[in-house]
Amino acid sequence: MSRIAARFSQLKTQKRAGFVAFISAGDPTYETSLEILRGLPKAGADIIELGMPFTDPMAEGPAIQASYLRALRGGQTMAKTLALARALREDDKTTPLVLMGYFNPIYSYGVERFARDASAAGVDGLIVVDLTPEEDQELRLPATAAGLDLIRLAAPTSNDYRLKTIVAGASGFIYYVSITGPTGTKQVNPADVAVAVKRIKAATSLPVAVGFGIKTEDDAAAIAKVADATVVGSALVAEIGRFVDGAGKISPGSAQAVLSLVARLADATHQTPR
Amino acid sequence: MNAPRLNSYRTGPDAQGHFGIYGGRYVAETLMPLILDLEKAYEAAKKDPSFQAELDQFLEHYVGRPSPLYFAERLTNRFGGAKVYFKRDELNHTGAHKINNCMGQILLARRMGKTRIIAETGAGQHGVATATVAARFGLPCVVYMGETDIERQTPNVFRMRLLGAEVRAVSSGSRTLKDAMNEALRDWVANVEDTFYIIGTVAGPHPYPTLVRDFQSVIGREAREQMFKAEGRLPDALVACIGGGSNAMGLFYPFLDEPSVEMYGVEAAGHGIDSGEHAASLAGGRPGVLHGNRTYLLQNDDGQIIEAHSISAGLDYPGIGPEHAWLHDMKRVNYVSATDDEALEAFQLCALQEGIIPALEPAHALAFTSKLAPKMARDKIILMNMCGRGDKDIFAVAERLGAKL
Repeated sequence: MSRIAARFSQLKTQKRAGFVAFISAGDPTYETSLEILRGLPKAGADIIELGMPFTDPMAEGPAIQASYLRALRGGQTMAKTLALARALREDDKTTPLVLMGYFNPIYSYGVERFARDASAAGVDGLIVVDLTPEEDQELRLPATAAGLDLIRLAAPTSNDYRLKTIVAGASGFIYYVSITGPTGTKQVNPADVAVAVKRIKAATSLPVAVGFGIKTEDDAAAIAKVADATVVGSALVAEIGRFVDGAGKISPGSAQAVLSLVARLADATHQTPR
Repeated sequence: MNAPRLNSYRTGPDAQGHFGIYGGRYVAETLMPLILDLEKAYEAAKKDPSFQAELDQFLEHYVGRPSPLYFAERLTNRFGGAKVYFKRDELNHTGAHKINNCMGQILLARRMGKTRIIAETGAGQHGVATATVAARFGLPCVVYMGETDIERQTPNVFRMRLLGAEVRAVSSGSRTLKDAMNEALRDWVANVEDTFYIIGTVAGPHPYPTLVRDFQSVIGREAREQMFKAEGRLPDALVACIGGGSNAMGLFYPFLDEPSVEMYGVEAAGHGIDSGEHAASLAGGRPGVLHGNRTYLLQNDDGQIIEAHSISAGLDYPGIGPEHAWLHDMKRVNYVSATDDEALEAFQLCALQEGIIPALEPAHALAFTSKLAPKMARDKIILMNMCGRGDKDIFAVAERLGAKL
């Protein structure tokens, strides 16, 4: 069983929702993001999403845009992102690790080489925001061959007909985008999410993780009631951003601050009865 | 590489919006249902004679079409070779070819019941054209424009505001056209219910490259007919400048299956291709995925997008329409380039010789024409698209020439 499937089955047995933490690889430096990565499982992250920085992330709000640019300014590359994954896997064999980002850096690296190297680095799944089901075969086939899940996204605009296209060929879990808008820009509405998750569950047996609009512990608790996992990204990278000034100067303490925020959000998720 | 000669170069894209490996739909899932709706609505509009009739009526009485075909006699004599004709799309309302597409798209938006218009702009020409049609039809309009471009194109920013549009400064990334396009896509994702995104060039997710090409093809259709009237035959060469490539696509498309017609797309070479500071995606880029489609992009070794450079803000884009990428690979169109300095020289030459102040964009096309014409016999014909007028550029040119306004 894959790490992702094992983790969701474990969460099911424990009758609780999982907490998914997103950070950008190399934000603000390689070393700091490795320190954060290594601390995430203990802080309560059930799954880790590691963002692959891109200059033009069209679905991201200001927080993740800034985070990607900090990482790129710090010299982050795809090779270094895969090195981060390898480094995490040296001492954590169970926490699922998902790379999230945009297609161009993957395409530039070479899709088959990327799938092979990511799998060898201990990556479990991929979320590629701008690869629609219509276009994802090019990555899905090599990813599947390398044992990686290609996780598809569903959105508030996905009608039942569209959902059929999305779930056919999806693996790992379904990532439900809880708002219409870029990451971290609107308030999530738990009642709407509950209805949407029910619709997705009617179409697939895969677990459903919900993200894009979850910022606070209250949001996380409310979504944990209705979804298999909550995803928080913008709030975490914004916390990192507080430690970097306009000139790019980094003050110490970002790792501890992010991990303590993760612990609070994870607790809120975990303590919600299901 | 020798590309096979096809029976037709006008059959693309395929059902998924691909021109060979280019094009496609690389967008956030949230947008997919909208893009599929748009495709359906456009297919229906194309088959509806009343849609074309309405568009034709506005093109004639509001835009001022057909634009003239003009024999540039003095430049022809000066170049000493082929006869040079200009397709005068700079005489359109708002001063460029951009409005051909905006008029088509806003009629489509109305047909789809959309009540809010958004657009991205670089130099501001597409923003002005969008603000113009939005004003004409009474729809609120938001134009995204990079902070850097706002500083260097103040007259167009004011024009858009006079036309009632809200110009939103984009401070993310490099603060130019590509970032404005990112921001417009983000707006669209956030306002899926009521908003129509008028993309200004033959790029973006399918069906945009196709529908923009179709709306701009009025340029080539008219020119073909006018050339038969003027010379009784087809031209031998077509020349057009390329940023995203909408004016070139509009000129080339109706001629693609005429084997005797050579075509030249002129990219902006900025300070020179070797300098690394240019906007020539085909000459200096490689295939990648950005803004909804696969095409040639300026990017570094790690797949990060590089900022384009050109004296012309309208050509200052790190990508190119996917159909051009395909025509390049198929070798149907020759893609060449002209530098900032060559464009500036052609800009002044055209003003002095023909009494036409061209936009800096077609000045690139003229710079190449000045090299091509002398190599061709005097009985040959070059048709160049004069796709915009230079009023918007006089400040930038004055600065380059050291003149005080």
